[in-house]
Amino acid sequence: MDKLINDFSVGLFFWQSLLFIALILLLKKFAWGPILTAVEEREDGIKDALEAAEKAKAEMQALNADNERILAEARIERDALLKEAREIKDGIVNDAKELANTEADKILTTAKDQINNEKMKAMTELKNTVATLSIDIAEKVLRSELADKKKQEDLVANALKETELN
Amino acid sequence: MNIKTIIFTIVISVFSSLNILAEEHMNHGDKDIKTEIKETIAHHLMDSHDFVLTHDISFSLPIILYTDGNLDIFSSSNFHHGTTPHTVNGRTYSLDHGHIIEASGLHPIDFSITKNVTFIMIVFLIMLIMFTRMAKSYKKNALPNGMGRLLEPIVLYIRDDIAIPNIGEKHYKKYMSYLLTVFFFIWIINLFGLTPLGVNVTNNIAVTFSLALITYVLTTVTANKSYWGHIFWMPGVPIPMKFILAPIELLGTIIKPFSLMIRLYANITAGHVVLMSILGMIFIFKGWVGSSLSFGLAFALSLLELLVAALQAYIFTMLSALYFGAAVEEHHHE
Repeated sequence: MDKLINDFSVGLFFWQSLLFIALILLLKKFAWGPILTAVEEREDGIKDALEAAEKAKAEMQALNADNERILAEARIERDALLKEAREIKDGIVNDAKELANTEADKILTTAKDQINNEKMKAMTELKNTVATLSIDIAEKVLRSELADKKKQEDLVANALKETELN
Repeated sequence: MNIKTIIFTIVISVFSSLNILAEEHMNHGDKDIKTEIKETIAHHLMDSHDFVLTHDISFSLPIILYTDGNLDIFSSSNFHHGTTPHTVNGRTYSLDHGHIIEASGLHPIDFSITKNVTFIMIVFLIMLIMFTRMAKSYKKNALPNGMGRLLEPIVLYIRDDIAIPNIGEKHYKKYMSYLLTVFFFIWIINLFGLTPLGVNVTNNIAVTFSLALITYVLTTVTANKSYWGHIFWMPGVPIPMKFILAPIELLGTIIKPFSLMIRLYANITAGHVVLMSILGMIFIFKGWVGSSLSFGLAFALSLLELLVAALQAYIFTMLSALYFGAAVEEHHHE
């Protein structure tokens, strides 16, 4: 301990303290300050860049998810549209079929009616013709029967007879 | 710098240290070799007023003395390596084992630019140039270049693994300048101590005292209420205990930086003493086996000292951060 105190040099202590404090102050102003600021700025920059990259990645993922969702929605919509179209088509076909059926039925009924009408007409005409013919024949027969007097008298007699009976 | 260069540097530095010892040996051939080695080591550990590279190449350094209210400035070459006294302004000074004494019994205060002060100045300049250049490089590019590539991880290590965990996110920023400066200063100056230049700054108690004092002052000045509360009126203990704990805690605040001072001083001094003693053994053995063994040992120890240089800087910074952390810690009691 005595040796330490004896060896203690005031001059050395003075110079060391002076130079060292000056060194701290000078380096603080011209070196440590700028160096630490630069390093911190760089670190912040790296951190920001990393965060931005992470954000971009998340955004990308969100975008992808969105795309997927939109795609899925579009697919569903397409399916719905197709289904609807098919239904419409089926409806149209069915309606057409029905319409055709009723129309055909109508035509058939009309045809039947017309045929019946024609038939009736033909029948009436036939009946009329037959009647006329019958009258003509009856005339001709009557004319020939009533040609002689006797026959006429018989007929009247018979007719009277019948009347009397009644 | 690759491994080969490092090993080469260490080998050169060991050889050069041998050279210093050998020079000493030639100078005082009449003395006992063991005493002589002891003296050489003691001499090496001391500060000196001139800077001797080898026996032939030496630089004189300015001597600044404050005696009795007067400032005397002259070159150390006037002492002729301590052999002759020098008279300036009517006062006669002479060099006695590294200390300057005045003939008439006055006590001069020695503010000389000694070898250690020179090296503190050199490290001052190196750090100033190195780190301002590093700071400038960030203006051009977000990434460091050149020296910055080596230094930035260390700066970040001090911030992320020393300052933030010990002091906390909230307060660490105001201590960063000191922590970074003290780490690099101790580390670089310790590394200079391992070069063959023969300096060792951190084994001067004045230097470590100055460093520890700054830690102490910073801790004391920036401490919050809770820190002082824990020293003078320890919460959560019975009243009589508070009276007993107060002086202990108060002493603790001084012991903490004191331990910083002693740790750094002792570690570096011990390293140098052991290294130089092992080198000295080469001169004692004077044989192939013993000498090469000593050389190998010195080589291994130099590698260890390289580690210690960084380790002591780390410990000093780490503990300073720990003390700062205690000073600004916010306690949540009751």
